Amino acid sequence: MTMKIELTPQQKDAQTAFREFVNDEIIPYADWCDREEHTPPNLIQKLAEKEYLGALIPTEFGGSNLDPIAYGLLNEEIGRGCSSLRSLLTVHSMVARAVLKWGSRSQKEYWLPKLATGEVIAAFALSEPHVGSDAKSIETTAKLADNSYVLNGQKKWITYGQIADVFLVFAVCEGQYCAFLVEKDRPGLAIKSISVMVGVKASMLAELHLDDCVIPSDNLVGKPGFGFAYVASSALDWGRYSVAWGCVGIARACLEASLKYTDARQQFNVYLKEHQLIRQMISEAIANIKAARLLCYQAGYLKQVGDPKSIQETSIAKYFASVIANKVASDAVQIHGGNGCSSEYSVQRYWRDAKIMEIIEGSTQIQQITIADYGYQEFLNNDHR
Amino acid sequence: MEQTKTKIKQFLAQFFGSHQLQDNEDIFALGFVNSMFAMQLVLFIEQEFKVAIENEDLDFENFRTIEAMSNLIERKMAVLAGK
Repeated sequence: MTMKIELTPQQKDAQTAFREFVNDEIIPYADWCDREEHTPPNLIQKLAEKEYLGALIPTEFGGSNLDPIAYGLLNEEIGRGCSSLRSLLTVHSMVARAVLKWGSRSQKEYWLPKLATGEVIAAFALSEPHVGSDAKSIETTAKLADNSYVLNGQKKWITYGQIADVFLVFAVCEGQYCAFLVEKDRPGLAIKSISVMVGVKASMLAELHLDDCVIPSDNLVGKPGFGFAYVASSALDWGRYSVAWGCVGIARACLEASLKYTDARQQFNVYLKEHQLIRQMISEAIANIKAARLLCYQAGYLKQVGDPKSIQETSIAKYFASVIANKVASDAVQIHGGNGCSSEYSVQRYWRDAKIMEIIEGSTQIQQITIADYGYQEFLNNDHR
Repeated sequence: MEQTKTKIKQFLAQFFGSHQLQDNEDIFALGFVNSMFAMQLVLFIEQEFKVAIENEDLDFENFRTIEAMSNLIERKMAVLAGK
């Protein structure tokens, strides 16, 4: 049998549906959302109606249970339209996966159906004012008192924190990493909006201030000590997967805009597309996007079969896709010249959004450190010593 | 049982290089720390032995040694077989 890298008929149909949804419902509003730094509730409602918010939730809990490749295609398409909205899908799905994988039976039965329909929006709360890449140094604390945990600390840059109903909060309890579900209306939790970011501007970032915030001990996800290496890591793996595909979407939006522009605008009496240096940028974009998509397919396939290598392959896909998205977006602005720098064209938004992708879910530099580990592991395992 | 241990040992070898891991050796005490390791171990156990590692299995004692992991897997497989 020959090796085949091709979508199934179901995945192709799903891709067509995602594409139409993004063209009709997201792209017409994406620049407005960016300018206003706001995602309108009706846009989120539309995602919910399409059952996209339950993409990674099994049908027994009311989800639409997309396979990893179809979920990737959804992220690519939404990322092509609006990286902010794609980020909502990312963080919401990360929390859903964390609850699905490590939650108790009662947590799954209570939360998953609500997350699947979008009745409840979830956000992921790991980063802090002093802690980004070095996530093991989080300063938020939890203290067990009777049947409750008391949380103290601050979380920062929480995507869709302004509108989320529940947060997956990471804290240290007696030296052990723990993950907790914290509902937005818990006394002691104050949510403060963050505005005027450079990219993904409609993602409604917030700070969480936990000041003797008391939650029931049943809100612990997983077990004490397993909050980081298991709960956060598995969620971040799905986060990286979503971002990787989202970056393919950004790069595609840039390429499509550039193809259209260079086909219509003339300089020196010929269309821009006739200029060799323009063609170089276009060709590079095409090759990079294809390469990034293949890495995403590979990561998705390994996720589907539950291969342990899926973790590193997802990191590689995220690393490569976010780097090339920046290159393609920067070239798209260059190709568009003055127009590309103006609010009349979307390429400046893609460029600003792409920058964020190299920072979130493991920065480019963190990926550059960890991917090397994989190389050594593989080399040693294959007994080339 | 021995086959289970052999498979676990083969998987772990990629993380421990030339160190010959013993069945009762504490892998946490070896100072091996990598946030990706835990998830890979979970996926390996799930894929290789067709069992799901869940909330109630989250006990460091279950993952401390090859012996302990093997016991966990055997227990979970026995539960599945009994269904």
